[in-house]
Amino acid sequence: MSKTINVALIGNPNTGKTSIFNLLTGLKQKVGNYPGITVEKKEGFCKLPNGDKAHVIDLPGTYSLNASSADEQLVVELLLNPQSQDYPELAVVVTDVENLKRNLLLFTQIKDLNVPTVLVINMADQIERRGISLDIDLLEKNLNTKVVLVSSRKNVGIEQLKETVANYKQLNTTGCVDLRKIDPGYFAKLEDAYRGEDLYQLWLVVSQGEPLLKINKNLLPVNEYSERNTSEIKRLQQKETIERYLFINKILKKAYNVDITKAKDWRGVLDRILTHKFWGYIVFFMIMLLMFQAIYNWSSIPMDFIDQSFSRFSEWTKNTLPAGALTDLLSEGVIPGVGGIVIFVPQIAFLFLFISILEESGYMSRIVFLMDRVMRRFGLSGKSVVPLISGTACAIPAVMASRNIENWKERLITILVTPFTTCSARLPVYLIIIALVIPDQTVLGFNVQGLTLMGLYVLGFGMAVFAAFILNKVIKNRSRTFFVVEMPGYKLPLLKNVLYTVIEKTKSFVLVAGKIILAISIVLWFLASNGYSDEFHHAEEIVRSQSQSGQLSESDIETAIASYQLRHSYIGTVGRAIEPAIRPLGYDWKIGIALISSFAAREVFVGTLATIYSVGNDEEATIKQRMSEDVNQRTGRKLFNFPTGISLLLFYAFALQCMSTIAIVKKETNGWKWPLIQLGFMSGFAYIVAMLAYQLLA
Amino acid sequence: MLKELKTNIINTIVNLKPGEIGIITNFSVDQIPVKLQEMGCLPGNEVRLIQVAPFNDPLFLSVNGNFLAIRKETAELIEISKVA
Repeated sequence: MSKTINVALIGNPNTGKTSIFNLLTGLKQKVGNYPGITVEKKEGFCKLPNGDKAHVIDLPGTYSLNASSADEQLVVELLLNPQSQDYPELAVVVTDVENLKRNLLLFTQIKDLNVPTVLVINMADQIERRGISLDIDLLEKNLNTKVVLVSSRKNVGIEQLKETVANYKQLNTTGCVDLRKIDPGYFAKLEDAYRGEDLYQLWLVVSQGEPLLKINKNLLPVNEYSERNTSEIKRLQQKETIERYLFINKILKKAYNVDITKAKDWRGVLDRILTHKFWGYIVFFMIMLLMFQAIYNWSSIPMDFIDQSFSRFSEWTKNTLPAGALTDLLSEGVIPGVGGIVIFVPQIAFLFLFISILEESGYMSRIVFLMDRVMRRFGLSGKSVVPLISGTACAIPAVMASRNIENWKERLITILVTPFTTCSARLPVYLIIIALVIPDQTVLGFNVQGLTLMGLYVLGFGMAVFAAFILNKVIKNRSRTFFVVEMPGYKLPLLKNVLYTVIEKTKSFVLVAGKIILAISIVLWFLASNGYSDEFHHAEEIVRSQSQSGQLSESDIETAIASYQLRHSYIGTVGRAIEPAIRPLGYDWKIGIALISSFAAREVFVGTLATIYSVGNDEEATIKQRMSEDVNQRTGRKLFNFPTGISLLLFYAFALQCMSTIAIVKKETNGWKWPLIQLGFMSGFAYIVAMLAYQLLA
Repeated sequence: MLKELKTNIINTIVNLKPGEIGIITNFSVDQIPVKLQEMGCLPGNEVRLIQVAPFNDPLFLSVNGNFLAIRKETAELIEISKVA
């Protein structure tokens, strides 16, 4: 009978761990969340040569079991928790042949947990180029394990790895380093105090900071051995690290050699340019320019295509299916709503394409290096650049990308200001409003609409930096700053990895946002097509009796009836109820409805207006046309005029209208405090700025 | 006198010029994160300064064969002896 074994892929960042994961599992992978915390959990299945199945978990990149970031903490927690359903029966430690020495540090730690452990030496294709010679037999003998040479780039060694995984029971589980050698007195006492516990696991629990290992720590009765002061623990940790390196060096001296004369390397030359005090910034600026160019210009063609396809599809549904409530729901609610989300796909895909190329190539670390000093002025870290850039796609992965910032305050500020950057969900709102209120003219060779859009991006970044500056003054520092960033070697990005990232991120965006939008558009459609009042049910009679016969054409009367009915529908009632609150901003009840519904997700704004302007309308006119012709019944002027448009743009630029962001901030900051402060600050600020803008312009 | 003064001045990583190499001699365990030590920043290991960002901060180093960047405030705490 075949069975399934849990296999954990563990390794330092930049070792090509994810490539190996992709090769093992192919597209049979999924990204979910670990229970309780929103850390991305990548898992997949792989068929083994003996008929068994491997459940492969791609753990976040880890330098050490002495966790110093949220990602690393997760790895330690899993490895110390045999009760977990993901607890690995086999650990596969992935290393990079060029950085074998440092990578082996983590290997010795994992091996000391007495879990069956396989050592994968990746990037075997680099062995010759780097002038490396490697004695695998000697490594296997000294490390007491099986070593598999893999080249994820050339797809070599994966079958052998599967073979080794299948025979995991034959692996030796002896550890590498005996802690008792480090400080016999202390470790003997520690072991004595908790008889029956594994010494290394015990030491990990004792030496880690407070938030870690809630479960395990509670199991241990507190006594003098677990309550050592931190500086003594740090001293022991240093001794342990030295001991591990002694062990590694002794083995590598015999089994691993580098002939520098044979090594060919570009990194020196590239680093001289890419981290240069002047040219480094020029290159960075050019890359950013190219990225935004791609997102806005190159994606417009597929976006137009998607837009037209959906409106044609909606029309086709209306004309083909039998008339009735269900057809209306499809053509007026569901299809425009879903179309409003699918239209982002090209932009999201381009953005993730660029970000994953920047990460895969190793260039992202150079950006971190270049920007750290500048960002620190605002209480951020060089590492905040990654979330801020990813924030232009979506704040959710961006907030998660802040996880490798070691300093809590810098990380918190990054999380709090990232939602100010112009995410792709704001884009459709911007695009439709700009099209309505900003003239399509050219000034000094630039398109005014394009300039407005660029201005909104600059505004988003500017506001993020400004808010960081304020928060830096307000928030008390909880921990001392430290900052270590690895500068990995440059690599040509693997097409397969880049494509997987693009597909997976885009898919999850569409599915998550799509579900919300679909649900909201159905609810909205229902609320807009039904009402409880007499006015709603007798709309036709009321409108007909009010309009003197003969003055209005039949189609005008029908439009008037539809709009009267909408006003008195459930949603119209709600919209009119909140109208006084948003009147100072220049909005009417229709915008009010869109505003309420888009508190779940900004992009719903367009879908909502699309639904509202579609309900009861049979004309072929596009929604944009209907919006531009709509008249504010109170002022008698066009609803979407310049002051209202600017006010709306500013409101959407600053307000936190995204339930998913709130949820992720809550999880990443462990509580409601920060997301609520963020929500209140951003939305309050948005309201005030939008009101000032409207009052000044009107 | 002058010679004496010179030998008394303790060099740290910050005193290296790009391209220069030093050997790590000493640092306070309490002030240097474990992570940095695990990346090879341990007494006796060689450190080379590769590049500095504007305002000499952060510093791009190669330590024990690893390439990494640390901030000036951390680099100032790691004592070295210069190698020609």
